[in-house]
Amino acid sequence: MKLNRREALALGAGALFVTLTPFRGGALANTTDEEIKAFTGGATVMEDDVVSLTAPEIAENGNTVPIGVSIDSPMTADNYVKRVRILADGNPRPAVATMHFSPLSGSAEANTRMRLAKTQNIIAIAELSDGTYHMAKAAVKVTIGGCGG
Amino acid sequence: MISRREFIQMGIAAGTLIGAGSSWTRLAAQQALTQDDLLQFDPLGNVTLLHITDCHAQLMPVYFREPTVNIGVGDFAGLPPHVTGKAFLQKYGIDPGTSGAYALTDQDFSALARTYGRVGGMDRLATLIKAIRAERPGKTLFFDGGDTWQGSLTSYRTRGEDMVRVMNALGTDAMTAHWEFTYGTDRVEELVSQLDFGFIAGNVVDTEWEEPVFEATTTFERGGAKIAVIGQAFPYTPVANPRYMIPDWSFGIREALVQERVDAARADGADLVVLLSHNGFDVDRKLASRVNGIDIVLTGHTHDALPAAVKVNRTLLIASGSHGKFLSRLDLDVRDGEMKGYRYKLIPVFSDVITPDPEMTDLITEIRAPYKAELETVLGQTGSTLYRRGNLNGTFDDVICDALMEQRDAEIALSPGFRWGASLLPGQDITVEDVHNMTSITYPATYRTPMSGELLKTILEDVADNLFNPDPYYQQGGDMVRVGGMGFTIDPAQEIGSRIGDMTLLRTGAPIDPKREYAVAGWASVNEGTEGPPIWDIVGAHIQAHGTVTAEPHDNVRLVGG
Repeated sequence: MKLNRREALALGAGALFVTLTPFRGGALANTTDEEIKAFTGGATVMEDDVVSLTAPEIAENGNTVPIGVSIDSPMTADNYVKRVRILADGNPRPAVATMHFSPLSGSAEANTRMRLAKTQNIIAIAELSDGTYHMAKAAVKVTIGGCGG
Repeated sequence: MISRREFIQMGIAAGTLIGAGSSWTRLAAQQALTQDDLLQFDPLGNVTLLHITDCHAQLMPVYFREPTVNIGVGDFAGLPPHVTGKAFLQKYGIDPGTSGAYALTDQDFSALARTYGRVGGMDRLATLIKAIRAERPGKTLFFDGGDTWQGSLTSYRTRGEDMVRVMNALGTDAMTAHWEFTYGTDRVEELVSQLDFGFIAGNVVDTEWEEPVFEATTTFERGGAKIAVIGQAFPYTPVANPRYMIPDWSFGIREALVQERVDAARADGADLVVLLSHNGFDVDRKLASRVNGIDIVLTGHTHDALPAAVKVNRTLLIASGSHGKFLSRLDLDVRDGEMKGYRYKLIPVFSDVITPDPEMTDLITEIRAPYKAELETVLGQTGSTLYRRGNLNGTFDDVICDALMEQRDAEIALSPGFRWGASLLPGQDITVEDVHNMTSITYPATYRTPMSGELLKTILEDVADNLFNPDPYYQQGGDMVRVGGMGFTIDPAQEIGSRIGDMTLLRTGAPIDPKREYAVAGWASVNEGTEGPPIWDIVGAHIQAHGTVTAEPHDNVRLVGG
């Protein structure tokens, strides 16, 4: 069976639950470090090959930057990805999204778009079912543009 | 280091006129250099790849001065193509005053230009391509790296169609693109449908679903070898040029996608994998070090002309210059799914010694006929060599900046750091065609707007980082923005925010005040709705008002540090 993109997404919607980080009305935004600590409970985060993060080197449109995460995991009952946290360290509110997975997700992959106020790092941290945390980082440049050629 | 064999191949072009000093007459020089010399090549193997790139719609022979300043940063400092002038001659063993020195460097440019004449011209190129095809039947492929449909009055007026006709007539086998996209989505689709060959761009996807817009790969069989050619359009087209013209298309380097396409081509049985690229040389150099399985990268975008291939791991990088000035010939021995050997020559297209192909001459004459009077209208003369190419400034840009300040009553002028634009020699007439060769774009409006000193600094820093970011994947393309009415220093080795210093308003000699607003005129804004007369009218009026314009290299922009 060959699924087109729209059908695949429709199916995926059942398997993936995304929380867009709510605005904390009036309260000051947490820093990136605080967000990481809140997500991991202070556990060590490994910067290794487990998480692949896809982002453009230079944003075509800072208002809607496409990014993708994919985590290398068999997604079985005893070895799977539980959650993925996406942060943008240069935004006024670094927390962007948390993606929740289960063995029934089949694979731990997600794509979304985010707004970037300026040149900064995108950070993706995955929590695995064995309690370990893995991170990937990508620098995205937001430029005035023009003058090319 | 280049091997002895490569050196000899290159030497044919570079050394033919050894001994031809400035005392030689043009006639003697031309007698010494012949079409056969240019075509002379000791053939090798079973496949010949021909490549041109960045011709910028130049149908006719032109002068083109290579850069004086081409700075490499980070790991690429001092490596070709970041070698110019005397250092370039030394590196490649070329004698000063020779045709090779004239073709490849800025040295003694205007004097040598009078000796060796113009370069390029599509009818000359047609002659060379036909001759090589006849010599290597069933073995030859001809590729165009893009920036083909833009850069002249005729391409602007025919909205790229003149170049589609010419490239079809040349028997092109595939192209990729950059400035082509500035005709907008609908026109690009229309022109692509008129091509007799593939328009390949594997890194262009639609913004909604990220699905491919164009074919990525085209496959050929030549000399018994299966050859896969993957197209890579300029990754930062929607950043460097107006995104509103192509709102549904997304670009980017997409390194992982390139690897996927290479793997797919290999799995499909390709003996040779070629990347037809408009990434720019340093981006391709980095890409070749990270993507496995590419045999050849035909580079483009940065207009570099290198007389020897650059090898990165197992990949050869070819740099074929711009403006139709060079034709690259790369002979390959492809056997058992592998490239066993190669021989390369960067052939300079010296217009005066090549017999034009009559069919192509007729086609060009027909294309130009409706615009002939306008093309030939003389606006004035130049008192000095006018050129653009170089990292920091060019004398033609100084004329454009002067025109912007005078015609639009501005204190400061900004002109884009494009790499294209033909050169003019001292004493030459400046025609409407010449002005178009420097300015012909689809978003030519000249704006006049107040900008704070702080904003000017931000713009200069932003553009400098797009040129000098130590990671080429973060270089957006183009040379430094040209500035009139203001001086500054630039230190490429610094980080964004710290490269630009000593900003001075030349009119008064006062330092630029971050809080003060300045009247700034410019052109080529990527923002939709920019209003003002087209830049060629502004420059034309300025030249007519002065009769003769003169711009010598100056030091308002000074390189500091490292």
